[in-house]
Amino acid sequence: METQKKALPLLKAHDLHVYYGAIHAIKGITLEVYENEIVTLIGANGAGKSTTLNTIAGLLKPRQGTVALNGEIISGLGASKVVPKGLSLCPEGRRIFQQMTVRENLEMGSYTRPATEIAGSLEDVFKRFPRLKEREKQIAGTLSGGEQQMLAMARALMSKPKLMMLDEPSMGLAPILVEQIFSIIKELHQAGTTILLVEQNAQMALQVADRAYVMETGNITLQGPAEELLHNEAVQRAYLGS
Amino acid sequence: MIFLDNLINGLSLGSIYAIIALGYTMVYGIAKMLNFAHGDVIMIGAYIAFCGLQYWGLPPVIAILAAMAVCTLLGVTIEGLAYRPLRQATSLAVLITAIGMSYLLQNIALMIWGANPKSFPRTFINGASIRIGQLNISSATIWTILANIVIMVALTLFTAKTKMGKAMRCVSEDRGAAELMGINVNRTISMTFAIGSALAAIAGVLLCSSYPILQPTTGSMPGIKAFTAAVFGGIGSIPGAMIGGVLLGVIEIFGKAYISTELGDAIVFAVLIVVLLVKPTGLLGKPVREKV
Ligand SMILES: Nc1ncnc2c1ncn2[C@@H]1O[C@H](COP(=O)(O)OP(=O)(O)OP(=O)(O)O)[C@@H](O)[C@H]1O
Ligand SMILES: [Mg+2]
Repeated sequence: METQKKALPLLKAHDLHVYYGAIHAIKGITLEVYENEIVTLIGANGAGKSTTLNTIAGLLKPRQGTVALNGEIISGLGASKVVPKGLSLCPEGRRIFQQMTVRENLEMGSYTRPATEIAGSLEDVFKRFPRLKEREKQIAGTLSGGEQQMLAMARALMSKPKLMMLDEPSMGLAPILVEQIFSIIKELHQAGTTILLVEQNAQMALQVADRAYVMETGNITLQGPAEELLHNEAVQRAYLGS
Repeated sequence: MIFLDNLINGLSLGSIYAIIALGYTMVYGIAKMLNFAHGDVIMIGAYIAFCGLQYWGLPPVIAILAAMAVCTLLGVTIEGLAYRPLRQATSLAVLITAIGMSYLLQNIALMIWGANPKSFPRTFINGASIRIGQLNISSATIWTILANIVIMVALTLFTAKTKMGKAMRCVSEDRGAAELMGINVNRTISMTFAIGSALAAIAGVLLCSSYPILQPTTGSMPGIKAFTAAVFGGIGSIPGAMIGGVLLGVIEIFGKAYISTELGDAIVFAVLIVVLLVKPTGLLGKPVREKV
């Protein structure tokens, strides 16, 4: 850990301020993700977690502050130019293309990559999500909630990201599926993908993560090794329901 | 025989509406706006083809291609200059801009070509008509219906199979998610305007081949009718534009033939109102999905 932290972070968001019109949603947050880490961002509803991820992904422009990937400033490029640099976001609410087939959704995930590489990636993704392989030709809108979440994750993987951001992947899923989602996150991490995870399920998120940030109304109020936060009294009271 | 004549005339007029309606429906589906200047792009296309044929001595096919090229450029320019800066604005602001753009195009045409109607030259499109028994089918009718079918098939294949076509479907469903795939939304919207405007040029030539009077307001009424057709078929739906356009043309011609010549247009809009009362999303429109 110590040696890692001295290295250049894979992702660094520095002093981000984001507004929705007059609403100051993100009030100067700084966060870092190092290569091969799982970092989680937890906080109550409306704290600004999704806004943070959307800003990092380039869907929103920060009014102040920067986002750097591998030392290169990416804020201001716009989402479509950020993806090919190795950062992908599996957004809140899945946002799969409902009217397209499962396979088309996956192909769109590798939109910025050469056509010759798509077949290989599809194979990898189908190995990880065999259920999607069975439903390759099904219209995505007719998948079950759990399958839609798998598809959203698989689609985000199709761009071969170095850093994958997941916004509440367990939302609305039965406990058994939540377990499954988390074990997939662990597998992805073992396969070498760095992960920035936003979760309502703080307990599970802190268990898989290396480090964590706690957000409250647009600010980061606590940060540290996940293990430590898991046993932090304030965190337990606010997010772990004990 | 009169019935069949009317039917064929209706199919022909409807095919023109359908080609125009495709422009409205694609732009609505992808950019989520009503481009009321679309009808006037048709008029500009017809004028360019007219100039090509009348003044520059171009062969008809080249004149049509020139009209398509100019309209493509025009559509992309209109989008880039007038609509793109309003991407985050209210839909009312966009609508008013589109109406203003429509008047601007009409007035530019008035300045360049004057108010006097021009008579559109005859081309291969107005060739010899075909006789089948008692039935007399004009060459323009055949070309129009043929063009409609070819365009329909080509667009369906384009959106189903090509990378750009799929990107358009993504932008149409969820602009933000499309961006997260790496799709350049602005470029995709530009492309949509390019295709819609090129089709408008074809519609302009076909329209003026059947009704050869060309003036700056030539595009207005067909534009409004085609917009009606797009809503009728389900705005945003490509096959809907096709069906809506053809049905509208047939209803208009039959209404004029059997009910009242004066009320022909009113009948068209009355049918639209009835359809929208029964099925608010149009014939093939998808119900708006509730966000959960
Ligand atoms: N499009 C928007 N327009 C205006 N305000 C917004 C918009 N999106 C979010 N906000 C506001 O910004 C703040 C942060 O919202 P955000 O969605 O980032 O929270 P979150 O931490 O992801 O919450 P949740 O856990 O419920 O997903 C909230 O107060 C929200 O009301
Ligand atoms: Mg959120």
